[in-house]
Amino acid sequence: MYDKGKIIGGLAIFLCLASFPVWYMAASGKADYHPDPVLPAGENQCVESAQYMREYHMQLMQQWRDQSVRQGDSIYISSDNRTFDINLTGTCLKCHPSKAEFCDRCHNYTGTAPNCWDCHNVPPVKAPQQGTE
Amino acid sequence: MNIDRRSFLKLTALGLLALAAKPAIDLISKPSAARALNGPAAGKRLAMAIDLKACTAKNGCIDCIAACHRVHNVPDIGNRKEDIKWLWETGYDQAFPDQENKFAAQPLQDRRVLVLCNHCDNPPCVKVCPTQATWKRDDGIVMMDYHRCIGCRYCMAACPYGSRSFNWRDPRPYIKVIDDGYPTRTKGVVEKCNFCEERLVDGLQPACVEACTSGALTFGDLKPGTGLYRLVSSEFNLCRKAELGTLPQVYYLL
Repeated sequence: MYDKGKIIGGLAIFLCLASFPVWYMAASGKADYHPDPVLPAGENQCVESAQYMREYHMQLMQQWRDQSVRQGDSIYISSDNRTFDINLTGTCLKCHPSKAEFCDRCHNYTGTAPNCWDCHNVPPVKAPQQGTE
Repeated sequence: MNIDRRSFLKLTALGLLALAAKPAIDLISKPSAARALNGPAAGKRLAMAIDLKACTAKNGCIDCIAACHRVHNVPDIGNRKEDIKWLWETGYDQAFPDQENKFAAQPLQDRRVLVLCNHCDNPPCVKVCPTQATWKRDDGIVMMDYHRCIGCRYCMAACPYGSRSFNWRDPRPYIKVIDDGYPTRTKGVVEKCNFCEERLVDGLQPACVEACTSGALTFGDLKPGTGLYRLVSSEFNLCRKAELGTLPQVYYLL
């Protein structure tokens, strides 16, 4: 084999460079980074179970959209028989008032850009009330 | 197994009876039947009557227009070519171009006429929509699903009343105060009056009807016995471009 040293050396340099993101992240301690959406204080149950919401909230929201817009039926009955008004701004954002601290955290992490907010309104987040409790 | 003719006939009859009862049993045992849908009721025909004698638009009143545009976040672009209109006013000759009587009474010709989507019984916009983003509900409202609109504007070409507007740009910067109760639209979708279907769900009247102080607007189900029916069936009225066969459901009392 000609130029054995150069080839093996080159391969080693290539592997180092190609795997740079992996070991750099591991070395800088950010490898176990995960998004941390702010959950509503004082609420312990979303429309469905947390696991279900985590995995299927997009399907649920599409079901809500179709049921409310196309069938004109704006009441959702959850699997444990609680009723909810189908309303993104009025129901979802009531408990999750901050889009930036809830929706965006995971969506940014996964590089997802849902277009809900092109039309649906995000009311300004009110500062937490102080001294009233 | 031995079976005589008599018991064979009995068993057959019993079997047929069970088959006939199946649809009835299915109906009661279905879980969805236990709950009344709060969606649009079939058999309704929502419509509106506009009393042009009572309407004070000729004196500059725009209460209904302001109320409609406020609750639905309708932008004010300030450029006639890109105007977004749900409810607006126009001249008598513009609203009723088929009334070509040159000598119609002057007060009639001077009237300002409120115009909006006619929620036609035979809506041409629905026929041309390639994505079914617009469709006629069971209660007669011609609905828009902004999620599904691809902005092809066929519906705008099909609508003989100019009731549909296209968002050439993001409307948000042109809305003075955004009402959280109703979404805004986005660039590239068509919009129009929805007879306030979002308010009807809550048992409210349309915003324009509620805002009108002169009682010129009447909204409701157009079936015998209702106030709207009495009004429309007892007084002379016109529909816009009725000859086109779209069966418009906004009735103008003259």
